[in-house]
Amino acid sequence: MSTVRTPRAAPLPTTTGFDVLRWRRDFPVLQQSVHGKPLVYLDNAATAQKPQSVIDAVARYYRETNANVHRGVHALSECATAQYEAARDKVRSFIHAASVREIVFTRGTTESLNLVAQSYGRSLLRAGDEIIVSHMEHHSNIVPWQLLAGQLRLDIKVIPITDEGTLVPGAYAHLLSSRTRLVALAHVSNALGTVNPVREMIALAHRHHAIVVLDGAQAVPHLPVDVRELDCDFYAFSAHKMFGPTGIGVLYAKQALLEEMPPWQGGGDMIRTVRFSGSTWNELPHKFEAGTPHIAGAIGLGAAVDYLQNVGMDRIAGHDQELLAYGTEQLLRVKGLKLVGTAPAKVGVLSFVMDGIHPHDIGTIVDQEGVAIRTGHHCAMPVMERFGIPATARASLAFYNTRDDIDALVAALGKVREVFR
Amino acid sequence: MDLRELYQDVIVDHNRSPRNFRKLTGATRTQEGFNPLCGDKLMLYLKLDGDRISDVSFEGSGCAISVASASLMSQNVKGKTVAEAEQLFNRMRALLTGDGQEIDLESLGNLAALSGVSEYPSRVKCASLCWHALKAALQPPSQVRPTEVSTE
Repeated sequence: MSTVRTPRAAPLPTTTGFDVLRWRRDFPVLQQSVHGKPLVYLDNAATAQKPQSVIDAVARYYRETNANVHRGVHALSECATAQYEAARDKVRSFIHAASVREIVFTRGTTESLNLVAQSYGRSLLRAGDEIIVSHMEHHSNIVPWQLLAGQLRLDIKVIPITDEGTLVPGAYAHLLSSRTRLVALAHVSNALGTVNPVREMIALAHRHHAIVVLDGAQAVPHLPVDVRELDCDFYAFSAHKMFGPTGIGVLYAKQALLEEMPPWQGGGDMIRTVRFSGSTWNELPHKFEAGTPHIAGAIGLGAAVDYLQNVGMDRIAGHDQELLAYGTEQLLRVKGLKLVGTAPAKVGVLSFVMDGIHPHDIGTIVDQEGVAIRTGHHCAMPVMERFGIPATARASLAFYNTRDDIDALVAALGKVREVFR
Repeated sequence: MDLRELYQDVIVDHNRSPRNFRKLTGATRTQEGFNPLCGDKLMLYLKLDGDRISDVSFEGSGCAISVASASLMSQNVKGKTVAEAEQLFNRMRALLTGDGQEIDLESLGNLAALSGVSEYPSRVKCASLCWHALKAALQPPSQVRPTEVSTE
């Protein structure tokens, strides 16, 4: 008997008043034509487009401020430091963390997860300990644990998934034991769109004294996230999937854990003192930020947070659910199309296959119609293996997408049929 | 760019009904190919009688471009000597990557149907996979061959 409930579909929030066309105008990339057709960008789970305010924030930093942080006494350096640290506070507020000491800037979700594996995992886990992951993880939430397991001789247990793309009810509770030390889970699956019941799963892990690392890369662009309400121990995400720059991301961690953890990378900025007899570490979160950081990226991320707060994450989530429902309905009308990932609780990710037509061909043909989607294994080969397919085509939504975008995709899929007639 | 230059009738036909799509009993060389980007997989079988490719076949799964390319290749290398097949590999590589060499399309026969691929950079690897597998399979067994060729 599982204590993890299968997620139920949330009632569709009303999106009356969500003026998608107004927000869409803020994104210069979306105003262009591709192959002579208006661009329909449906590859947001790979990376999202950037609003003008983010582009301006990055450009303004290089134009007016550029200086190194935490070092100079000159005006530009003080200004850069203030902007960099202000961005950290915006991120803190965005995910409702208690303190900026719990917000570590990284290169992205992948680096955040590797940091947890190599700092927390390598110093605090022991041979024979177990890590639980799910079958729907992105490679970046599998491989760091495999590397760690090889280093320390740990065991990795995998929560199976159903044909709908949800975690098999009861399986997680069954896998948890006194040997479980860490659970690494996608908040939202990138390949399937499934929203996992992470709050209940975290509570269950904590009852077994295991800590929980959430891969939030696909959750932050779609849902309001409150790390304290979730009570997760670590939460990793990337700026570029939430309308910010590439090359910058976040690791949220509970302060007590960060204090317990040794530094991961050594270098400038992460130290307090360096002597050949031994060095001491800087305070949190700087202990985990060796070297000159991606200052412009952090400032751009801060601008993305401002932008999202202005649009409103609740309204974004509402629009996402409405468009997902419309997209699901329209795609299911396409002859020979099968959705992969039909969980009751999903975000706007529509993975699909078509009878006798390889996803790669679908991608090329719809691209000629101006429609950008992703095709392939989506860095989730175990998911493809589970469904017995080499790849899927994936349309992934953002709040600037419209019903017209879905209609354009469906029309382009008609062209696919024509080519393979 | 007209999609029909990529998905020519010959390509669509060979994708729907790939020629020599089977396991080859009595194969003297086998070579696996894999495209990690899109998951295309291929197993190529060759039967060499002396210096001549007396039979060829393949199995696997992939997109239309990769399946059609392998099917067309199997038709075109059958009966060729190793040297002739290697020469064909070089010409096809030039055709698929569009490296600027003058290629006499007429002399390529139905392989000319792959001439549109070079305009689609993301699809070059799909069409090339089987040719790289062929090139590896033609290496003398005394040389160390990769267990699997990859387009990455």
